[in-house]
Amino acid sequence: MSQIFHPSANTIAKVSIFGAIFFAGGLLVILNEVNRSPYVTRVGVAREQPVPFSHKHHVGGIGIDCRYCHTAVETSSAAGIPPTETCMSCHSQIWADSPMLEPVRASFRTDRSIEWTRVHDLPGFVYFDHSIHLKKGVGCVTCHGRVDQMPLMYQQNTLNMEWCLDCHRAPEKYVRPREEVFRMDYRPQESQQVIGARLVKEYKIRKLTDCSVCHR
Amino acid sequence: MSAKTWLPLLALAALTGCRQDMHDPPRYRAQGSSDFFSDGRVNRPVVEGTVARGQLRADTKFYQGREGGEFVKTLPVELTKDLVKRGQERYNIYCSPCHGMVGDGEGMVVQRGFRHPPSFHLERMRELPVGHYYDVITNGFGAMSSYASRIPVKDRWAIVAYVRALQLSQNATMQDVPEAERGKLSQEGRQ
Ligand code: HEC
Ligand code: HEC
Ligand code: HEC
Ligand code: HEC
Ligand code: HEC
Ligand code: HEC
Repeated sequence: MSQIFHPSANTIAKVSIFGAIFFAGGLLVILNEVNRSPYVTRVGVAREQPVPFSHKHHVGGIGIDCRYCHTAVETSSAAGIPPTETCMSCHSQIWADSPMLEPVRASFRTDRSIEWTRVHDLPGFVYFDHSIHLKKGVGCVTCHGRVDQMPLMYQQNTLNMEWCLDCHRAPEKYVRPREEVFRMDYRPQESQQVIGARLVKEYKIRKLTDCSVCHR
Repeated sequence: MSAKTWLPLLALAALTGCRQDMHDPPRYRAQGSSDFFSDGRVNRPVVEGTVARGQLRADTKFYQGREGGEFVKTLPVELTKDLVKRGQERYNIYCSPCHGMVGDGEGMVVQRGFRHPPSFHLERMRELPVGHYYDVITNGFGAMSSYASRIPVKDRWAIVAYVRALQLSQNATMQDVPEAERGKLSQEGRQ
């Protein structure tokens, strides 16, 4: 009986073993890239909202403080999206006939909530709390970016575990004085290294990297 | 393929199928929506008429700014520097968009067309009792809506204290400045 395989099949077999490893490796790289791409993390992708609410106009333009609308951010885990009454405290008179604001007025009339599209959305198995981050001197802008320049809200950071840990391992790279937490255009007066190290001591900031801090 | 190979594969595939469920477990989150309640909201209002333990709010001076139906003329909380500081912060957040940083009624929102509120430095406004200010924050006044849901009671009094401080600041004379500081002021004035 003649041979089924030509001797060159040996080479093909060897190459294809290597090929398979490279192929599998490449697939992992691609998957990893996809997982970090805006397509999955939604970084920088502005969302459609029922009302084209602009932080750029309200925060950057008129200079309203975050807490006028996100009242709970200092005291609770969730910052909270403002109820319609908050909009109406100004829009009862400003742009009161604008069709753009009709959903707001309709919501006020009928007492049905406006259904905003969630932009930041951690998985259910992650615990997050705004109040502690603000008390320990992490600014809104560090996590949410230049909100005062966003005509429509988008996510500035991935919210990956890697991203949380980058700061939890070395908070001194990011913390600022408590009074500056709400400032969008804060610039450290001295170098961040000096200020960071001092604040970590002053606020007794711990390096929280145990799994149970975020997965409880 | 034998069952030995494809079963684990199937199990793996099933596991990946679960992933999104773990990300988004069937539980309510703050401010989510629900098709169980008729108003579609997850956040439930307190049943009308409920009085929780310790929340009877019988102290009308503190909670309503009134005593025997009349507005109180003095703060029902202790006046401290911290209170005024807290008041300043809260005033700048909630009131300055309309009433302006110094209380002259020239805030940014007014410049964009909101009704002009009266300046806090008018004779009439300075004579109003503190209880009136508290009442306006709590219940609203004309075109101005209520801020009760956003500002806790203690903070409202802090704001009232700060408004009084603003009023003093715009109508102060040399006599109000402590003796020791006067020299400093006139010196700075000359420079
Ligand atoms: C005039 C009211 C108002 C002010 C002031 C305001 N916001 Fe918002 N914010 C909203 C509303 C309404 C939404 C929901 C619609 C949207 O996502 O754009 C929102 C959404 C957000 C979101 C995204 C929420 C999500 O769905 O994940 C972030 C983050 C945010 N705001 C941060 C800030 C920061 C930081 C400031 C201060 C610099 C601020 N906001 C000031 C009204 C306000
Ligand atoms: C403190 C006052 C204030 C509050 C609270 C407020 N707005 Fe506005 N809004 C304004 C002013 C002033 C303008 C006009 C902006 C300008 O002239 O630049 C405006 C403009 C707008 C516009 C027109 C488009 C634009 O961005 O210029 C929309 C839409 C809008 N607001 C939605 C909302 C919604 C939704 C809320 C509630 C979450 C809200 N606003 C709360 C003051 C307010
Ligand atoms: C340490 C990072 C961090 C800081 C600092 C931070 N946020 Fe957030 N924020 C998040 C994350 C993460 C989420 C998503 C939470 C979730 O999905 O449960 C979020 C969600 C939100 C939301 C959506 C609604 C909600 O409550 O979940 C708003 C509004 C918001 N942030 C506003 C603010 C404001 C205003 C500040 C500053 C005062 C601020 N955030 C500071 C990380 C941060
Ligand atoms: C820019 C810095 C920074 C980022 C980004 C950040 N954190 Fe933190 N986080 C801190 C600091 C600082 C503390 C306070 C540590 C302490 O208590 O001393 C903290 C504390 C916490 C705590 C402890 C709260 C408690 O009650 O014990 C949790 C939970 C937490 N962070 C979750 C997260 C999660 C989840 C993310 C990512 C979505 C995140 N953090 C991103 C800086 C950060
Ligand atoms: C600072 C907060 C934080 C700490 C500490 C932390 N995690 Fe996470 N973890 C997260 C966040 C946020 C996510 C979600 C990332 C995403 O949405 O892709 C996550 C996701 C995960 C996932 C992926 C689950 C999935 O299906 O995507 C695993 C597994 C995990 N964490 C395990 C751990 C382990 C093990 C530790 C301890 C060594 C740990 N985590 C510590 C914040 C944290
Ligand atoms: C959205 C704009 C706006 C904001 C924010 C606002 N006000 Fe007003 N306020 C007004 C207007 C307009 C009037 C005049 C109402 C009228 O005459 O119809 C007024 C009236 C008042 C009056 C009553 C004046 C009188 O004649 O007796 C007081 C006191 C007052 N405001 C205090 C406050 C305080 C304290 C805050 C912060 C918690 C605040 N306001 C926030 C717009 C505002």
